[in-house]
Amino acid sequence: MSYRIVVGEGSCGIAAGAHKVYTALRQLTGSVGVTGCVGMCFLEPIVDLYDGNELAVRLVRVTENDAERICAAAEAEDVSGVGDLRISDEDGLFLKRQTRIALANCGVVDPTDIDSYIARDGYKAIRKALFDMTPESVIEEIKVSGLAGRGGAGFPTWFKWNAARQSEGDDKYLICNADEGDPGAFMDRAVIESDPHCLIEGMLIAAYAIGAKNAFVYVRAEYPLAIERLKAALAQAEERGFLGSDILGSGFSLKIKIKAGAGAFVCGEETALIESLEGSRGMPRLKPPFPAQKGYMNRPSNINNVETYANVARILLMGGEKFASLGTENSKGTKVFALTGKVVRGGLVEIPMGLTLREVIFDIGGGIKNGKKFKAVQLGGPSGGCIPESLLDTVIDYKALAATGAIMGSGGMVVMDEDTCMVNMARFFLDFTTKESCGKCVPCRIGTKRLYEKLTAITEGRGEEGDVETLTELCSGIRDTALCGLGQTAPNPVLTTIKYFSDEYVAHVRDKKCPACECRALITYEILPDKCRGCTMCAKNCPAGCIEGSVKQPHKIDPEKCVRCGSCMRVCRFGAVKVS
Amino acid sequence: MTDRIDLSPVAAICGDGDRTLIEILQTVQEEYGYLPAEAVEEVSRLTGASVAKLYGIATFYAQFRLEKPGKYLIMLCKGTACHVNGASGIEQAVSEELGISDGETTPDGLFSLKTVACLGCCSLSPVMMINNETYGSLTPDKAKKILRGLS
Repeated sequence: MSYRIVVGEGSCGIAAGAHKVYTALRQLTGSVGVTGCVGMCFLEPIVDLYDGNELAVRLVRVTENDAERICAAAEAEDVSGVGDLRISDEDGLFLKRQTRIALANCGVVDPTDIDSYIARDGYKAIRKALFDMTPESVIEEIKVSGLAGRGGAGFPTWFKWNAARQSEGDDKYLICNADEGDPGAFMDRAVIESDPHCLIEGMLIAAYAIGAKNAFVYVRAEYPLAIERLKAALAQAEERGFLGSDILGSGFSLKIKIKAGAGAFVCGEETALIESLEGSRGMPRLKPPFPAQKGYMNRPSNINNVETYANVARILLMGGEKFASLGTENSKGTKVFALTGKVVRGGLVEIPMGLTLREVIFDIGGGIKNGKKFKAVQLGGPSGGCIPESLLDTVIDYKALAATGAIMGSGGMVVMDEDTCMVNMARFFLDFTTKESCGKCVPCRIGTKRLYEKLTAITEGRGEEGDVETLTELCSGIRDTALCGLGQTAPNPVLTTIKYFSDEYVAHVRDKKCPACECRALITYEILPDKCRGCTMCAKNCPAGCIEGSVKQPHKIDPEKCVRCGSCMRVCRFGAVKVS
Repeated sequence: MTDRIDLSPVAAICGDGDRTLIEILQTVQEEYGYLPAEAVEEVSRLTGASVAKLYGIATFYAQFRLEKPGKYLIMLCKGTACHVNGASGIEQAVSEELGISDGETTPDGLFSLKTVACLGCCSLSPVMMINNETYGSLTPDKAKKILRGLS
């Protein structure tokens, strides 16, 4: 016997070189397995060695050059030759401190093999639903669990299911929103790539509960690997009788089709998504009627996000009460976050609701990179807000997060340090929303544009007294009058940065300074004569040709010609370039 | 235009009655690498959807291209994590190196630059993707070197 070799092949892992490692290993041995995303993006590529079903050792930051000794270690069941690749105890805490329900199989099962899923209680929950439960009792179980929409809004899942169930007509549709447009969130992709059957089973149960015979997964075209794995999984599930007509002889039938989204953030809004499914521009409809009454093709429809469905099968198996025992008074179960930005350990983090932001960022994420100071954490992407250090002890809970001005969101958690300019951050998000606004309603189409122009002016040193008040007024107008969630929440990044980082706005507008030294128009570079050795590196690399000086003599930047690109600072080995 | 485009694949694409207009345009783009005007007109003729409606869809969604992309399509991520980790410096370096900005193609038809909202490789930020190959943990110099290696 020898250890089984398994390579983590999610998109991130592949981008970090996992497939090269896989190929190198395959050339040496025939038995190399794959799994999806373990969620420890900061350690990719990752190779696991299994002794039977037990993880013997996890090897990290592997390269193709390590293939030979990994094979030798697996063959000999002796890992001493790869000790340097073994995950450190500290990094191991990243996973140990998590509670995984939606991600329970991610990085464990082989996403290309249905038997691997079945071996971990896969498709047990749908059997239970079909043969031991009525659709009403499934909905009741979900109600007991307290599961709420993980796409961001946090609407009770059972309520939507029940509304669709109660709607008249036999032709009902179930839709999975896998359009994941929030920049900085990638948990839905990870679930589909790593555990596609879990999504399929969740959708089967939901379809049974509402009485749908047809379902769609609306997935981003930018996720080719997710689409490929889901397609293969659907074919396998159909072959085994879990999909199609008369599933497992129960009389219940369901077809699931994949629809590739074409790239529009607004399609995260459910009525816009439906328009897009029908082949049109994804522009939101007025509600009511809600999709539960008139959705796809004007038929009753239910839309949930990937992570929501990914919880369903396990809720039926563990029982709603047990799921509800995790979390807080008004937020039950767990939530997956994509922890990124200036954090030491970035990746996918699933934690019970009720942990604090500090625990996630510092205990699990390991704090801030390069010894810098924490400044803010951004939750909820373009619809969310920036939370400052003083509120790091806020618990992760729909209500508590909303009280800060941010939102739970779909799970993007981007950490920022002292070098991030918060005014520019707000500008960044408004740049995004102006581009993604569908243009249907005026407050969003024109209002976000005005916000963006004002923020751009401020970051370019053209801010005027009263700008912050104008921004605030515009924000409340947009929030109160926009047609859909995109517009209504677009002001959040502006409002939260004004609320918590007003000093940065004042510095930009009044003093024409950018405290984080990020806004080009407001910074100056200079060379410190006492530190400069006259190596000429900066002058050679300056694209504007604005640095003068002779060899071994202190150099000087001509501020008039300087384009403030920072090249000199990056190449200086003596720390002689100062920005202020 | 000197070379005429072979429009015969469009008929086959539109012939599959199950496809929505978005799916038809997606398949046409897969075929040609972009949406040539002639092909859009052919889709209009075959489906009965007006050319205006088709362009309405094509310009609404980020995925569609109306111009032929370069041999190398650079998708530069400007998602939140990449922004925080210095994506604007990377964009500047790429623009400097190639002399093009977002949405443009080099005159020799080699490189096109497109900034995108998020490639989902946030932990490798800043990131760019060139013809399905992802390059992560970029610095301005590293980005320039990658481009030089391709040209």
